[in-house]
Amino acid sequence: MRLSISSLSKRFGPHRVLDRLSLALESVHCLALIGPSGGGKTTLLRILAGLETPEAGEVQLDGTAMRFEEAALQRHRRTVGVVFQAFNLFPHLTALQNITLPLEKVHGYAPAEAHEVAMRLLARFQLAAHAAQKPAALSGGQRQRVAIARAVAVKPRVLLFDEPTSALDPEMTAEVLDMIRELGAEGQDLILVTHEMGFARVVADRVAFLAEGRILECGTADQVFNAPVTESCRKFLAAVLKY
Amino acid sequence: MNTDQQATTTPPVLKRLFFAPPGQEDSGAWNWKGLLAGWLPALCLVALVFYFSFHQLAYRWNWPSVYKYRWNLFSGWGVTIGISLVSLLLSTAIGLLFALVRRSPFLPLRNFGHLYVELVRGTPLLVQILVFFYVVADSFHVENRYAAGVLILSFFSGAYISEVIRAGLQSVSESQLESARAIGLTRAQTYRYVILPQALRLTLPPLVGQFVSLIKDSSLLSIIAVNEFTQAARDVNAVTYSTLECYLPLAAGYLVLTLPLSLWLRTLEKRLRFET
Repeated sequence: MRLSISSLSKRFGPHRVLDRLSLALESVHCLALIGPSGGGKTTLLRILAGLETPEAGEVQLDGTAMRFEEAALQRHRRTVGVVFQAFNLFPHLTALQNITLPLEKVHGYAPAEAHEVAMRLLARFQLAAHAAQKPAALSGGQRQRVAIARAVAVKPRVLLFDEPTSALDPEMTAEVLDMIRELGAEGQDLILVTHEMGFARVVADRVAFLAEGRILECGTADQVFNAPVTESCRKFLAAVLKY
Repeated sequence: MNTDQQATTTPPVLKRLFFAPPGQEDSGAWNWKGLLAGWLPALCLVALVFYFSFHQLAYRWNWPSVYKYRWNLFSGWGVTIGISLVSLLLSTAIGLLFALVRRSPFLPLRNFGHLYVELVRGTPLLVQILVFFYVVADSFHVENRYAAGVLILSFFSGAYISEVIRAGLQSVSESQLESARAIGLTRAQTYRYVILPQALRLTLPPLVGQFVSLIKDSSLLSIIAVNEFTQAARDVNAVTYSTLECYLPLAAGYLVLTLPLSLWLRTLEKRLRFET
């Protein structure tokens, strides 16, 4: 995908979360956003997901500029997939129905067609046995994988992840990361906010370091992790990679 | 023993009667022997109290005189069922509408909803019936007293139901709305597929409780001469002067309607508790 962001600003009350943030990537397949908490990673991701409106600035995805009025945002949201930290599955629907709901109601699939697409995805990710279960009956890892399947099912042009494993045990983290990696390997474009540095290093072809509402560093995983230029990035990496 | 301890220890008798240790509450499983052993003493106690009272009164029963008018009572009972059913549907619709009105982004509309709920909940139904029937219904040319009665009852009950539904809607978390937005649902679709189904699970028990009240509240329509069950009993009483013989079947008639609802409510509460 081609992503270009220019002087994007967003504030919550007096707090400036994004401060004239700019980023231009000609061709990126998997972008990892790293950086300290409160640095603006999640806000940037939410703007890209069409869930938040910036005060100023411009975002272009594959050459088309995002428009930030509700009707346009709604159309935009239908073309991207979002996976949240807390899964956000619908608790009253089964795993299967969680996936078929957007297919049928948003993307106009016939029920049989939606069912088939959803079952194929569930089977592919070893979730077929849980198709009829409600989220409450699933483990955290399974819930997140269903949530990812829900986001993938609509064939989004880009999948956005907001710390997808922060609420999970280490072994469940692995099963979710495996799934994300597999999707990336298949050619799905990804943008992920993550604290899993090892994972970012392996999967991302571009890593951006965000702090104080700006991108202080952006390059290949190798560049950012092995030869950070800025002081704050060096400090951040030293702190998170210490143990 | 210090006083602190005294205050926190519950006498064993009270503990046994009222405070079950966790895991020993009513499990909800059907067990006929247990049910009988549990209910028989309670029923006996109630029967004893009434038997004693009637015995003291030395009341001379005159059932045949009322029995002659049984069809009047039956038709009144039928009218009560009809009024209750229609009001039940209408008040649910009104309740839903006003629950949405009270969440409207438009302030005057929201305040209008608030005003409606507070006025209806804060005043006696009796006054509402009189004012609406003799003043409002009259000026709007609602001549039919049954239609007027159903409308009044529905708007009365609708205020309570809107509060029940509003609480249910509020209980659906912010993250659910976010998720619905993220997958591209419209606002209407979000209500239809995400908010309402989840809210309904929480509102169903209090809603059934409200329906029980609605059935009994319909008896007040007798004051505008709607020929429902209570009015029928009063009419029969006026002819036969057999007050208890009229009003006891009246109580039984309401109980036949409300008791199944209450029992259903109990099983609903249990089921919803174990599901989530």
